[in-house]
Amino acid sequence: MSAIYILIGFSLLAALGFLGAFLWSVRNGQYEDSYTPSIRILFDDEPLENSESKDTNSNKINNPKQ
Amino acid sequence: MKKTEIKGILREIPEGQRKEDKCHHCGGEFDQGIVEYNEHYFCCTGCRTVFQLLNEGGLEKYYSIEERTGNTVGRFHKDKYAYLENEEIRDGLIDFSDGGVTRVQFYVPGIHCSSCIWLLENLNRLHSGIHQSTVNFVKKTVDVVYKEDDLNLREVVELLAYIGYEPSVSLRDYNKKDRPHTNRSLYYKLGIAGFSFGNIMLLSFPEYLDELSYLSSDFKILFGGLNFLLALPVFLYSSSEYFQSAWKSLRKGYVNIDLPISLGIVALFFRSSYEIFTLTGSGFMDSFTMLVFLLLVGKWYQGRTYQALSFERDYRSYFPLAVNRIRGEKEEAVPVRDLRNGDVIALRNQEILPGDSILLSDSAVVDYSFVSGESTPISKTKGDKVFAGGRIVGELTRFEIQKEVSQSYLTKLWNQAAFQNENTRYESMVNSVSKYFTLFILSVAVLSFMFWYFETGTGVALNIFTSVLIIACPCALALTLPFSFGNTMTFFGKHRFYLKNAQVVESLFRADTVVFDKTGTLTFPGDAAVSFRGELEQEDLSAIRSITRHSTHPLSKIIADHLKQHNVVEISGFREYAGKGVGATVNGIWFKIGSGEFVGANPEVETEETSTVHVSRGDQYLGSFNIRKEYRKDIGNLISDLKSDGLEVHLISGDNAAELENMTRHFERSLIHFDQKPQDKLEYIEKLQSTGKNVVMIGDGLNDAGALKAADVGIAVSDDVYTFTPASDAILDGSELRNISRFIAFSKNVRAIVQLSFLISFLYNVVGLLFAVNGKVTPLFAAVLMPVSSITVVSFITIAIRFLASRKKFDFSP
Repeated sequence: MSAIYILIGFSLLAALGFLGAFLWSVRNGQYEDSYTPSIRILFDDEPLENSESKDTNSNKINNPKQ
Repeated sequence: MKKTEIKGILREIPEGQRKEDKCHHCGGEFDQGIVEYNEHYFCCTGCRTVFQLLNEGGLEKYYSIEERTGNTVGRFHKDKYAYLENEEIRDGLIDFSDGGVTRVQFYVPGIHCSSCIWLLENLNRLHSGIHQSTVNFVKKTVDVVYKEDDLNLREVVELLAYIGYEPSVSLRDYNKKDRPHTNRSLYYKLGIAGFSFGNIMLLSFPEYLDELSYLSSDFKILFGGLNFLLALPVFLYSSSEYFQSAWKSLRKGYVNIDLPISLGIVALFFRSSYEIFTLTGSGFMDSFTMLVFLLLVGKWYQGRTYQALSFERDYRSYFPLAVNRIRGEKEEAVPVRDLRNGDVIALRNQEILPGDSILLSDSAVVDYSFVSGESTPISKTKGDKVFAGGRIVGELTRFEIQKEVSQSYLTKLWNQAAFQNENTRYESMVNSVSKYFTLFILSVAVLSFMFWYFETGTGVALNIFTSVLIIACPCALALTLPFSFGNTMTFFGKHRFYLKNAQVVESLFRADTVVFDKTGTLTFPGDAAVSFRGELEQEDLSAIRSITRHSTHPLSKIIADHLKQHNVVEISGFREYAGKGVGATVNGIWFKIGSGEFVGANPEVETEETSTVHVSRGDQYLGSFNIRKEYRKDIGNLISDLKSDGLEVHLISGDNAAELENMTRHFERSLIHFDQKPQDKLEYIEKLQSTGKNVVMIGDGLNDAGALKAADVGIAVSDDVYTFTPASDAILDGSELRNISRFIAFSKNVRAIVQLSFLISFLYNVVGLLFAVNGKVTPLFAAVLMPVSSITVVSFITIAIRFLASRKKFDFSP
């Protein structure tokens, strides 16, 4: 029966882990916008080198007034 | 940015040869010719420039997520955002600034699709100074983090405006730091209560099944101790607001629902702790944590609101942050609140006059649609007094401020007492019930304590006393209102009637009087019946359409829209005469369209409801357009429905009595009031309330803001609920105005449902109490009764409201 002590201990630890994850997600603001991330996840990441080369280009564009 | 060469030229391409039939950027029509660039067609150079900019920034993907989705790029004056360089204004707008990195949040009304999100979150590829940008699609906000060294706030706003996402910066955005942060504590409390509830359930389970005492006492101590440790944070943290609320109401001398709840919680926790520590029983910790968890779920359900809508807007959401003040030859941006009497200010097209002023320029056209709902602008001439809140239409205009912003005709409305305190005019339904409920429970508890005290002794009597408090804890009762009002709110939302919060349902079913505003509420702002007096030929109609579509004047827009089936012809020499009309040459003949005086016709009497626009061709007077405001469909039926439901229907309007006769067909003569100032409207509502009426006010403009605030339910009618509406308890889509009588009738049915579910939860309580006074309450009994009663009540409410909703026939205007 002493195995039960250990099992209860582990189950509580696991549950505490989930509670911690929940509290962290609230703190992180995940419950403030539940819609945008669902769209954001569908955008493809672009190849890295491509965006870097564009970066130098975009440096030139820094004053939209003209 | 490198100088943008204008590669595309404005030209006409015949319809048959076009590769695209809509603007590649914004999907707009080619009204003004086509700009061709990189094998794509654009409706204006603005759209083309954005396309080029995005292309060069490697953001051409914008067009592949959703097609032709860009916002039409509005042109803005180059100094429009100069005031953002003012240190004081900048500090008021930003969220924080640290080590050269600044974070600011903008409200961007133009956000409408997934391409918008993608583009706005890739701003750093357009400008390296932008560190990060995050969009909240529902709230239409974008958070921008940028480096102070590389660009300033003005440049950030200009970048956004330049790509078609002009942020709305108003007086309300000022002092963001003072605004409360979103309350996350309910989530924390809910999470902790749910965690403890689930685990205590598991740990209590063995005891329930342990009929033959297989469990050794070691386990009992372990389970009891763990239960106590898990319940402690629920008692100390998750349920704290019930104690606070009960204590607050007691100190104010009344009893709310949180008092019997708090009594139950305290009884549950201390009785259970006593049993655990004295090893006399297993306690009720599972019932206790379940109770708190269910109550918090109810609170969360009730608290869900429409994030995308704003119910709190006052004049500050609409007034500018700064205006250009003229001192000598210099023009500088000053914060609006620093304006003093006698200051001279210059306003450009579409800018808003922040204070009551005297017009210094020769003439001006002022649009008061936000204030009164009247969509036809008013002409003013030099020396006229112009009230704050008007939007300038046309060219640069100068004013001299007569009254400071907070003291103006319109804005001083917000200094009224009605705006200082939240109006809770009557006790909420649940609190008036809980007064008797608490009294009843306490007397049952005390009586049974006394009975058992004389019968057996203190020990048993105390047990019975706490059992009564535990079993009587009104969990189902407390869940009734959140779920019935929450469900009603969802149902109303489907019919484009959006409530600020669930409590509004309760105010709505108490209503016995409905007060309407006229302009913009009963009349439809956009729609107008256009008729022409005189003879016109096809070519004239084409000429008139071609001329009027170039003008921003609302009457021009109505006429151009009315004539949209006619061809567009080439015009030259177009000129807009502020306050008078427009003119242009078509086929060598000079056309004039505008006021009688301008065109050369006999001046005619204009009423509030009709506007006349005269037309001349060369020297020949052709006739006049008569533009009449349309009432919304079915107004007559709506008002007779309201009357037959036993409601009193009033009309208050800021206009003159020109429409009196028309209105007496629907309203009783004694209940119609014209020439009402914003202040009068507020006082009228308060007068009705002082005679014991529960008033619903239905209005639309800022001049109704006082009345909307004072009324028990203020409903703002809007044809686009996401644009400006004054502060109110509810926002109603204009096309659903017809259904307002049905919404009120529905809410009255909800009252019956609420009363029935009160009855059900009382029955459960009575059964529980019968067991409790006889000392038959076991932890298992409590752990079963509580969820069963809550689930019955909640499902009864949900099913009843669904059923009611499916039976109600709503008129859907096409």
